[in-house]
Amino acid sequence: MTLKTVLLGACSALAFAGMASAETLTIATVNNGDMVRMQGLTAEFTKANPDIQVEWVTLEENVLRERVTTDIAAGGGQYDIVTIGNYEVPIWAKQKWLLPLDGLGDKYDMDDLLPAIRGGLSMDGKLYAAPFYGESAMIMYRKDLFEKAGLKMPEKPTWEFIADAARKTTDRKADISGMCLRGKAGWGENMAFVSALNNSFGGRWFDEQWKPQFDQPEWKAALQFYADLMKDAGPSGASSNGFNENLTLFQQGKCGMWIDATVAASFVSNPKDSKVADKVGYAMFPNKEGVDNHGKWLWSWNLAVPASSKKAESAQKFIAWATSKEYTALVASKEGWSNVPPGTRTSLYKNEEYTKAAPFAAPTLAAMDAADITKPTVKPVPYTGGQFVAIPEFQALGTTIGQLFSAVIAGQSTVDDALAAAQATATRDMTRAGYIK
Amino acid sequence: MARKTTTQSKIVWTVIAWVVALVIFFPILYAVITSFKTEPEAIDGFSLIPSGTFENYITVQTQRDYFKPFMNSVVLSIGSTILALIFAIPAAWAMAFAPTKRTKDVLMWMLSTKMMPAVAVLLPIYILFRNFGLLDTRIGLTIMLTLINLPIVVWMLYTYFREIPGEILEAARMDGASLWKEIVYVLTPMAVPGIASTLLLNIILAWNEAFWTIQLSTTNAAPLTAFIASFSSPQGLFWAKLSAASTMAIAPILILGWFSQKQLVRGLTFGAVK
Repeated sequence: MTLKTVLLGACSALAFAGMASAETLTIATVNNGDMVRMQGLTAEFTKANPDIQVEWVTLEENVLRERVTTDIAAGGGQYDIVTIGNYEVPIWAKQKWLLPLDGLGDKYDMDDLLPAIRGGLSMDGKLYAAPFYGESAMIMYRKDLFEKAGLKMPEKPTWEFIADAARKTTDRKADISGMCLRGKAGWGENMAFVSALNNSFGGRWFDEQWKPQFDQPEWKAALQFYADLMKDAGPSGASSNGFNENLTLFQQGKCGMWIDATVAASFVSNPKDSKVADKVGYAMFPNKEGVDNHGKWLWSWNLAVPASSKKAESAQKFIAWATSKEYTALVASKEGWSNVPPGTRTSLYKNEEYTKAAPFAAPTLAAMDAADITKPTVKPVPYTGGQFVAIPEFQALGTTIGQLFSAVIAGQSTVDDALAAAQATATRDMTRAGYIK
Repeated sequence: MARKTTTQSKIVWTVIAWVVALVIFFPILYAVITSFKTEPEAIDGFSLIPSGTFENYITVQTQRDYFKPFMNSVVLSIGSTILALIFAIPAAWAMAFAPTKRTKDVLMWMLSTKMMPAVAVLLPIYILFRNFGLLDTRIGLTIMLTLINLPIVVWMLYTYFREIPGEILEAARMDGASLWKEIVYVLTPMAVPGIASTLLLNIILAWNEAFWTIQLSTTNAAPLTAFIASFSSPQGLFWAKLSAASTMAIAPILILGWFSQKQLVRGLTFGAVK
């Protein structure tokens, strides 16, 4: 046997060993534009990390929660990375369902993460999920309609101003509603908006002893305001409108204002889909006169490693890549700065190219900076979370109460009846769950 | 006069049949129409006239691989149907031609397993699948689909077999046919229409099963139900793309149903499902 043959054999053996040791990461995600883009760019990661392969599982948001929860609870180990919201992160971290992300590497600039976002994803000083993109909520409004009505949007408008402007810009003959808001029942649909509205009215879901607060004047004022506004200036069928329905209405020029997630700004200002792309202005989520709270809406889609994964090291390597500044630059180079995932890093909002390409960058950052979800309400509360309450029971409770409030918007129930039913439901559920002793 | 009444009633019944058929078929038709709309068109109220774009089909093809989930659907639906028939034919024979006092109870018990919500047994099934290494495998899902459709298959075959006179089987036995030969060479050929319609119906049921196929698969064994589910989006418009994905997923089974409709109807009306 010659030396050449031996070397050739050794090389082949090494190559085979390399192939055999290649790990395949299974990543569960939702079908959002930014996620789809990440899937398209995966080849860049695998090119730099030939020992790691990536498989994607895209699921509907609620199915994803069910699937991943079942898998983690049963220790199935089917997923190495899961895409979850900042609602789940603290709950799952507490259950020890997630691994702390302590292997993101030295180059991962942790201090660059927006403080509000980082705070919501950390427990005992450890990061349990890395933010892929983040959002708060703000007002998107039609500058042309405001001008026509002789209105000027303040930087930080109050609800009193907004209600007046919504009624003035409503033109039923031209099929323009002054205000489009979520009405579709669901903890992540109408209750996201209504909870933020209630925060900005000085209200809270529970007091320090977990007693529901729907019988308090703040809730009554907030819900009455919402119902009246939708009746006078909302679109027809508002009780079945969610994010996507309002997005379409606004893009087609049928809304004077729309208050929703900041991520919508890139959709309404995109001339390809929006008829009003060049007429959109942005302002901060309103507050009630005298109440220092702008809703505290904060959401992020994050990448986390379930405790059942057997490939934690490679998984963290992928997460470090997908949530890095380098990934942002990669997206910008391929698809332009306006398409980079927003709302996670301070450096993005200091980047002139981004702020030039995204006119909504400054109001988005202002909204996110104002959303400290560790102190969501004016009065003290035993929970964290802005447009949600970060307890496991909130999904079911929020959806049940969302149905009651949606019925008010549909004209099938009154504010008083809905609040009384909400108080009774929440008291019963929280007592059963052991929060109320 | 009598003839006139018959013609009139024929027309009335034909119209009623068409209306009922249209009502049943309409959601599928509307999904197909929506798949040729743009996303804003799809969400903008009711309309039967699409702009005729093929963009959704292109996007669906570009974003996800159709062939792998399609092949999984084919393997799972055909595999589980064959497996179910292998178990169900002898079971139905025993119940139809050698009944005991408890046969009715056994049949009812089998059917009662279909009355339980699937999610109630999700965790134990998931843990069993994990322990046996069946998660995200075609074998695992084939077994699961066989088990969940077996009660219906047994019931259908039992009712078809009962239509066959037992004397014919007795005659075969007297001629010296073994049990195996009796089932394979006498019973099965006589029950072909019933077996064929059971087979077709089970393929359709397995093809459309969405709970277990989504819960127990991730990438390797995920069929077209998972393919459809992946196009729903929490933020951003998706109805048109979802409709295109749905149309692509139901097209094969719709074509199969179209070509086999005579067999299917004949089988369904021939047996006890009258």
